[in-house]
Amino acid sequence: MAEVEAAAGGSGAGGSPEAGGGGGGGAWRRPHGPLQRYYGPAAAEAAEAAPDPADINGPHFDPEVFLTKVRSECPLGQLLAREAALGREIRALDSDMQTLLYENYNKFISATDTIRKMKVDFRRMEAEMDDLAANMAAISTSSARVSAALHDRHRRGAQLAGVQALLRKLQSLVEVPGRLRRWAAPGGEPARALRCHARARAVLRHYRHLPSFRAIEDESQAIMADLARRLRARLRDETLDPKELTECVEMLLQLEEPPEELCQEFLSHAGARLEAELAALEAELPPSDPSGAAATPPPASDILDFVDRGSSAFVGTLCLLAASYRSLFEGRAGAGEGRLEAFAAGLTGRYFELLERRLALERGLGDTSLLVRALDRFHRRLRALLELLPAAGAQAGAALVARAARERVGRYLRALQTFFLGCLGDVRQALAAPRPPGKEGPGLPDLLATLSSSVLGQLKAVLAYVQLFTARDVAFASLPYFKGEFCVEAVREGLVVAFVRWLCRTARGFADSPAERGAPAAPPALLLLLSRLCLDYEATTISYILTLTDEQFPPQECGPAAAPGPGPVLCAEARAAAQRLLDHYVQVQGAAVAQMLRKSVETRDWLGTVEPRNVRAVMKRVVEDITAIDIQVGQLFEEGVRRAQSSDSSRRAFSVYSSSRAPSRYAPSYTPSAPMDTHLLSNIQKLFSERIDIFSPVEFNKVSVLTGIIKISLKTLLECVRLRTLGRFGLQQVQVDGHYLQLYLWRFAADERVVQGLLDEVAASATHRCLDPVPMEHSVVELICERG
Amino acid sequence: MEDDAPVIYGLEFQARALTPQTAETDAIRFLVGTQSLRYDNQIHIIDFDDENNIINKNVLLHQVGEIWHISTSPADKGVLATCYNKTSDSKVMTCAAVWRMPKELESGSHESPDDSSSNAQTLELLCHLDNTAHGNMACVMWEPMGDGKKIISLADNNILLWDLQESSDKAVLSSSAALEGKGQLKFTSGRWSPHHNCTQIATANDTTVRGWDTRSMRQIYCIENAHGQLVRDLDFNPNKQYYLASCGDDCKVKFWDTRNVTEPVKTLEEHSHWVWNVRYNHSHDQLILTGSSDSRVILSNMVSISSEPFGHMVDDDELSDQEDQHQEEKIKEPLQDSVIATYEEHEDSVYAVEWSSADPWLFASLSYDGRLVINRVPRALKYHILL
Repeated sequence: MAEVEAAAGGSGAGGSPEAGGGGGGGAWRRPHGPLQRYYGPAAAEAAEAAPDPADINGPHFDPEVFLTKVRSECPLGQLLAREAALGREIRALDSDMQTLLYENYNKFISATDTIRKMKVDFRRMEAEMDDLAANMAAISTSSARVSAALHDRHRRGAQLAGVQALLRKLQSLVEVPGRLRRWAAPGGEPARALRCHARARAVLRHYRHLPSFRAIEDESQAIMADLARRLRARLRDETLDPKELTECVEMLLQLEEPPEELCQEFLSHAGARLEAELAALEAELPPSDPSGAAATPPPASDILDFVDRGSSAFVGTLCLLAASYRSLFEGRAGAGEGRLEAFAAGLTGRYFELLERRLALERGLGDTSLLVRALDRFHRRLRALLELLPAAGAQAGAALVARAARERVGRYLRALQTFFLGCLGDVRQALAAPRPPGKEGPGLPDLLATLSSSVLGQLKAVLAYVQLFTARDVAFASLPYFKGEFCVEAVREGLVVAFVRWLCRTARGFADSPAERGAPAAPPALLLLLSRLCLDYEATTISYILTLTDEQFPPQECGPAAAPGPGPVLCAEARAAAQRLLDHYVQVQGAAVAQMLRKSVETRDWLGTVEPRNVRAVMKRVVEDITAIDIQVGQLFEEGVRRAQSSDSSRRAFSVYSSSRAPSRYAPSYTPSAPMDTHLLSNIQKLFSERIDIFSPVEFNKVSVLTGIIKISLKTLLECVRLRTLGRFGLQQVQVDGHYLQLYLWRFAADERVVQGLLDEVAASATHRCLDPVPMEHSVVELICERG
Repeated sequence: MEDDAPVIYGLEFQARALTPQTAETDAIRFLVGTQSLRYDNQIHIIDFDDENNIINKNVLLHQVGEIWHISTSPADKGVLATCYNKTSDSKVMTCAAVWRMPKELESGSHESPDDSSSNAQTLELLCHLDNTAHGNMACVMWEPMGDGKKIISLADNNILLWDLQESSDKAVLSSSAALEGKGQLKFTSGRWSPHHNCTQIATANDTTVRGWDTRSMRQIYCIENAHGQLVRDLDFNPNKQYYLASCGDDCKVKFWDTRNVTEPVKTLEEHSHWVWNVRYNHSHDQLILTGSSDSRVILSNMVSISSEPFGHMVDDDELSDQEDQHQEEKIKEPLQDSVIATYEEHEDSVYAVEWSSADPWLFASLSYDGRLVINRVPRALKYHILL
């Protein structure tokens, strides 16, 4: 605290009287204050902060500036005070210095003593060092003397050692034939023999002009020739495994046998071995008999096993052999270029062929993951081989894999088709199954839902299986084929699109098939169901499937994938199929009802019939059938729009029977000059009603379908009535029947005027065809109809 | 090239029976038989004056009953046969008879200026075809190109071959055959083939078409399920042996090669209701006429199965200079099978269509309401075929 205050005082421009008082406060510490302040960090900081020449304690202190400043700025009193303060300060500093001197005096003394002692010690040590140097010189001279005395002996010793080494070499040379014989003997170690011979050979060749060496050389050569002979014999041994073969050939090469011949031998041996492997593989395959292909039993082992064995045995051996061939014959003149490649290409070709035959046996769907794994393994091994032998058929291998994949996809398509047909069979069975009475048939919506969901599920499952081919961990999935073409061509076009097409075609087939010519016709409910299915496909399923496919098998951006997808075309196809099926449904159902009506009109005796008391049973049956059809169609199709009904429709119905009109219509008019008159009325009437197309396309709703069926039925009734001749009661029966139909059918039709118009025509025609046209009272008709 | 408008003629009664006067080769003449249960039926002899587009008619009374089928002798202009309903004791029987029309009506129109209803002439009965043992007559066929002495009638399930003797006033049943078996065996229609020396006929019953040899009266071929429903009519291709057209209640027209009866050669599906009538043009057999109860008459051009060779060899000189180039091009490419025209003049079911025997470009159609419409093949097509 005191220091800080002092500092404040010191740095203050006109050292205030307090500073002195403050300074007097610290008794012992006082002398250190200014020094520390001077050297201390605070001063340094101050100096750094601003170089002030007026700061008396700062490093940049300039007395002149300071004095000038003081003189000019300060009053006299302050100057005098300042001077007194400075004087005080100087005195304090002097006393500080003295104190320090006293405190450190002892240390100066002892230091001087030490230095003096050291000077004395060094002088004695120098003398000792001189003595040591003299001794060393004496030792070196005597040592020189001793070595001069020993030199001669050492030289002789070295000479003797050299002679001994030479002798040992000679001995080993002499021993060479023996060793060679021992090692080269059958069951010995030919490799050591070879090493030994290789070492000795150069020396022997160098000294062959000396008879003794020549003898040794001759003998060893004879032994080696013998060895070579035996090695060759061994080379022809079939049971040699590739490693032994390589060793054998390597030794022969070291024996300087002609490489070309060896290469030939090597390849033929390798060939024989690989052939044996192939034969072993082939033995697993049933004989390739194109005619009896279907009858062959399933292969004993699965495809993965087969490929495993194939790749470990054949491809492994081939790799090994190719590698050793490379190491053995690389750079040798005799080994013709491309010989190995041709050799390998031939064999791999046959291997592919075998594999292909094996793949062809995978007739069923089996386990796709197994197949994918097998193909993957095959592809990996093949790649290893290809690194060694680039010419061994990379294309063929990839093509093989692609073909297998395509084949599998094709099989899936067929399986899907079979599955769909199976589903259809189930549906047909469900439709045909006898129902408990009271239950209104099988739920068509349920059947439809089951059918479409199971087909969709199967399709998804198939896609999932097929996706295995493009899984990331499968090596061949990175082939460009599998990235691009496979997704688009094989899967999207070949599987999904083809399936949908086929589905539409099959569905259409039910409508187009020559059902009228023998084959059992599809039940109408099935037609309806399929029509709805196709319609659903058009609306949602197709786009869903295609999106799903594109997600799972993303087509590459480049290339033809950018072209518009097959969706719209497929949708159009599906819609056409749906339309065709529904039209056919209408025709079939219409024909069924029409047939009933036709038979009923044709077989009845309309002349001799009695007065009608009831609606004929067949009409009730017609109404029942149409009601059933209405329910059936209503299960699958929307209601559809109806034309607004006039409330008094039934009132109008039998206006044609009104007696007031009949005479005017059928009055005799033998006036040939105006032949049009008689029918003017009916013609005018027709002018205002639209022409009715009987067998015309219908819309996808219940009302339209029902209208179609009713039109067909009523038109048939009309045509049939026109072919008959009726008595009075016949006419009345027709009248009753017509009214009954009118009562019950109008609600099904889109436009009740259609029903109305057709029934009017029936009534008119019946009146025409009647010998005695006396219509029944309308009230009676109504009564009968209400009762029946 | 404006086509002539159709000519329409109306009868007072319903009518189903129409035939050209087969023996007449100069004048365009059709015979129409009416159907009325309560009034005397008539046969209208309709002469069409092609030059002036005028119809002349004569009426003959046919008092025995309503006419279901009518056909004319190929040799004698005055002789015709009808199938008619005879009603007695609340029983209807369809009989057939051969008639002769008054001499003055045989050729040319002699329409009296006054009202013809008063002087309607009567037919002269030549002979009945006695069918008491055989059932209802469906139709009567004359031997085509014959001397008018041989006729075949179809009665229920019997085929009856008659010889007309001594100026046609006596008909002797020379041979007959009966169709036996299950199902609907009533014949609905038949045609006599102009080929093979007129020794073959074809009949239709239910959905089946059968061919018969008139010498042995044995069946020679049978097209089972020719149509999905009833077969309504047949016709032989006049220029091409073995070719047969059929039509029926399944709204289809089918063309058959009778040597291979398993599949039709071609099928047309243009009508929207039963097809009642199909007729080959007598000279240009690519022209097919069909009439249907959807009130339409359709003229089709079936080039691909006609006797006409594809593509005419036309010299450029034959084309007049005015004929522009595009017509030339049109000729060179063969025409496709196509519908040429749909005629919608009728407002009721059309039960009969017939080509004129005199003019190959002209045809008549008859609807139930008694409207007879005479139409022509469009001129463009006519010139196309001719040139």
